[in-house]
Amino acid sequence: MKKNNKLFLQSSITYGIVIGCWVLVQILSATGHMTSLLKGILVPLCIYSILAVSLNLTVGILGELSLGHAGFMCLGAFSGAFFTKCMEGSISSVQIRFFIALFIGAVVAGIFGFLIGIPVLRLKGDYLAIVTLAFGEIIKNLINVMYIGLDSTGFHFSTKDTTSLGMDSTGVVIIKGAQGITGTPKASTFGIGVILLLLTLVIVLNLINSRTGRAIMAIRDNRIAAESIGINITKYKLMAFSISAALAGVAGVLYAHNLSTLAATPKNFGYNMSIIILVYVVLGGLGNIRGSMIAAVVLTLLPELLRGLNDYRMLIYAIVLIAMMLFNSSPKAIEMRAVFMEKVKKNKNAAKEAA
Amino acid sequence: MLSFLSYFINGVSLGSIYAIIALGYTMVYGIARMLNFAHGDIIMVGGFAIFTLMSTMGVHPLLSVLAAMVICTVLGVTVERIAYRPLRGATSLAVLITAIGVSYLLQNVALLIFGSNARQFTSVVTLPNLKLADGQLIISSVTIVTIVTCIVIMVALTSFINKTKVGQAMLAVSEDKGAATLMGIDVNRTITITFAIGSALAAIAGALLCSTYPSLTPYTGSMPGIKAFVAAVFGGIGSIPGALIGGVLLGIIENLSKAYISSQLSDAIVFSVLIIVLLVRPTGILGRKINEKV
Amino acid sequence: MAMLEVKNLGISFGGLKAVDDFNITIEKGQLYGLIGPNGAGKTTVFNLLTGVYRPDHGSIHLDGASITGKKTIEINQAGIARTFQNIRLFKELTVLDNVKAGLHNHFRYSTLEGILRLPRYFKVEKEMNARAMELLKVFDLDGEYDYKASNLPYGKQRKLEIARALATEPKLLLLDEPAAGMNPNETAELMETIRFVRDHFDMTILLIEHDMKLVSGICEKLTVLNFGQVLTRGDTAEVLNDKRVITAYLGE
Repeated sequence: MKKNNKLFLQSSITYGIVIGCWVLVQILSATGHMTSLLKGILVPLCIYSILAVSLNLTVGILGELSLGHAGFMCLGAFSGAFFTKCMEGSISSVQIRFFIALFIGAVVAGIFGFLIGIPVLRLKGDYLAIVTLAFGEIIKNLINVMYIGLDSTGFHFSTKDTTSLGMDSTGVVIIKGAQGITGTPKASTFGIGVILLLLTLVIVLNLINSRTGRAIMAIRDNRIAAESIGINITKYKLMAFSISAALAGVAGVLYAHNLSTLAATPKNFGYNMSIIILVYVVLGGLGNIRGSMIAAVVLTLLPELLRGLNDYRMLIYAIVLIAMMLFNSSPKAIEMRAVFMEKVKKNKNAAKEAA
Repeated sequence: MLSFLSYFINGVSLGSIYAIIALGYTMVYGIARMLNFAHGDIIMVGGFAIFTLMSTMGVHPLLSVLAAMVICTVLGVTVERIAYRPLRGATSLAVLITAIGVSYLLQNVALLIFGSNARQFTSVVTLPNLKLADGQLIISSVTIVTIVTCIVIMVALTSFINKTKVGQAMLAVSEDKGAATLMGIDVNRTITITFAIGSALAAIAGALLCSTYPSLTPYTGSMPGIKAFVAAVFGGIGSIPGALIGGVLLGIIENLSKAYISSQLSDAIVFSVLIIVLLVRPTGILGRKINEKV
Repeated sequence: MAMLEVKNLGISFGGLKAVDDFNITIEKGQLYGLIGPNGAGKTTVFNLLTGVYRPDHGSIHLDGASITGKKTIEINQAGIARTFQNIRLFKELTVLDNVKAGLHNHFRYSTLEGILRLPRYFKVEKEMNARAMELLKVFDLDGEYDYKASNLPYGKQRKLEIARALATEPKLLLLDEPAAGMNPNETAELMETIRFVRDHFDMTILLIEHDMKLVSGICEKLTVLNFGQVLTRGDTAEVLNDKRVITAYLGE
């Protein structure tokens, strides 16, 4: 059928853009045009893209506003980094450890997504939004008071300080409260980031264009009608929410292994981060997966490119954000654009007739 | 026992500040159906306005607060006119993101003017502290002024809404914008007035907040803003007594958990209570239940 | 055995008896009308039948099996599908996908098979497309299969809702004011379609309608509701000439 070809083409364009970017970066670095600034931002670009694409599954496809996406990223980051630190002695290959950590991060974040989703998804609209924000903050807060150490007798846990862990002489502190985890291997590379982003895109795009995706979008468009045709609302809501959380967990593991020190600060895992990701999703277009990815890349690059303007860059960012929202969403602007497009069409037709 | 009382009273005071901020959130939400994420930053602007007038220009504290109220009112109304009004009729998510943009904007303008270093804020309250039980229980004058201010605002606002024509118009708009328009109510003007009141209250909240916690940065308003938003939801967003109850409860829970459980976990505890309340009462303590008609 | 057997059904909202002591028996293959003035409780009956509301008392049997107090999904799986008074389509989905969503429980493959694009995904999707197009053809919607549902004209949206309901392979179809907002030509066409659905799908249909031309044109039997109670029931012509029915509609 024609429709399937169209879908296939659309998805291929999305994958093509990612692969094209990867090739471009390879050419740039081979010809020595790669600045250190750009180099440093390559992995974050992948991380934010994965986060934006996965959040779009919750906000755009499922239609529920979540302000706690950074919380799932945080869970993925800490569980992944915790694993790589613990296994330092047993698995020598950093790559294998990292690979397993990615899996663990996804599973842990996914399970928490499921557990948090059970109560949260019963709420509606703004109430759901504030509760997801609350969960995100709770996760960050709890990790900040967590001390976990490992010695010959096994794991030790405390919420006070390192001495109350009561470890013997072989003890190593793995999670050190607000200081987090130090000495995670720097295993994240642009190549792995791109592969993970492609994987995320495949999962999300294929999910959307399947029986499950249709059920999820049906719930978004009209819950009561979806129920009336026998779609299990709770099941599909939870599924979308936990898959979204699991993918955020993957982004978290990638994030953790891109730094040598991992600490849960308001800046990296607080509600502000959740909001930044939400901004990508909204500007990229709700439900538009490729748009989320492009918005994440452009809006991450923008402040970096404006670095020369120093103090003014975040100000410009804010103004651009407001202007874009007004241009994109205000009913007047939409009407004006429609009128403008109509005129262009007319002129084109007139030109055709004249010719 | 005395120390508990002291924590408790301080909690009520902090809660009163939350309640005043939450009023701004709740009124705007009730009438414009939008989450004004920039509301917390109006508090910060109020704080800096008072700081500049009082500390660098030597204006009287009370006059400074009044001037800050005027500045915040103008700012709030301007923001509404430029950034929010064009989006009337757009999705609530679009308005939310725009509000976030406004929040960034205010923070970064403040950052440019005042820098990121914390400023030492001098209390606007110059009265002596209250000593009880032979000096064992000291209640600071700021605490008392805060609680009294909150009560005065609540009473004034409730009678304003119930007794005046403008207040009735606000109620009508929050019930049904379309019907209100048909009844000859100028919806735009009503929304402007709501933003003006909310912003003026934010200035007062800024004065009280900075007098209690005297360090002032461009980010001062954002966490109290979020907390007040939580308080508004907690009490039932859209409800004025709800904002009071939510705010005061939140302040008490936060202060007591800081004192007796863990200062690092106090936020987590506050948010957990919110979650539990919403699971039991999905629209908050005083929120109205909305049934979808099939 | 009757297709639908409802006994003594009732529900109150805050002390007000919205539906009280409601009884109805519909035989297989019947085209049955539920009429009555606005606010008589017709849609409430539909909501009770489909599990949107839980009845305070009474019993509902579908094709011999009790569905009293069951959830909406279970009732749909048991064999009742419905349309809504205020159209409830999946607005952002295509016309085809609206019907395919209705096929959800009859054409299955797992989420994982979908994500991994295993052979079963392609096979089942192909079957789904074929079946959905077949249904769309019945309602003359196959030409617009890739339109966004919200872009369809009003009359076609009502038809699409019926097609989606039929996709769930029900035994009993409930139509809530299918002709609302249609012009006389569209209504005439709709009457043909409803008859066709009954004959072609061997369907039992219960419909709520205010358009008396449609009611007298296609319904074989009627039940009249007034103030939540059954006013009268019987053959269409008989009921429509009943004085009490005329009074209920026009007032004293």
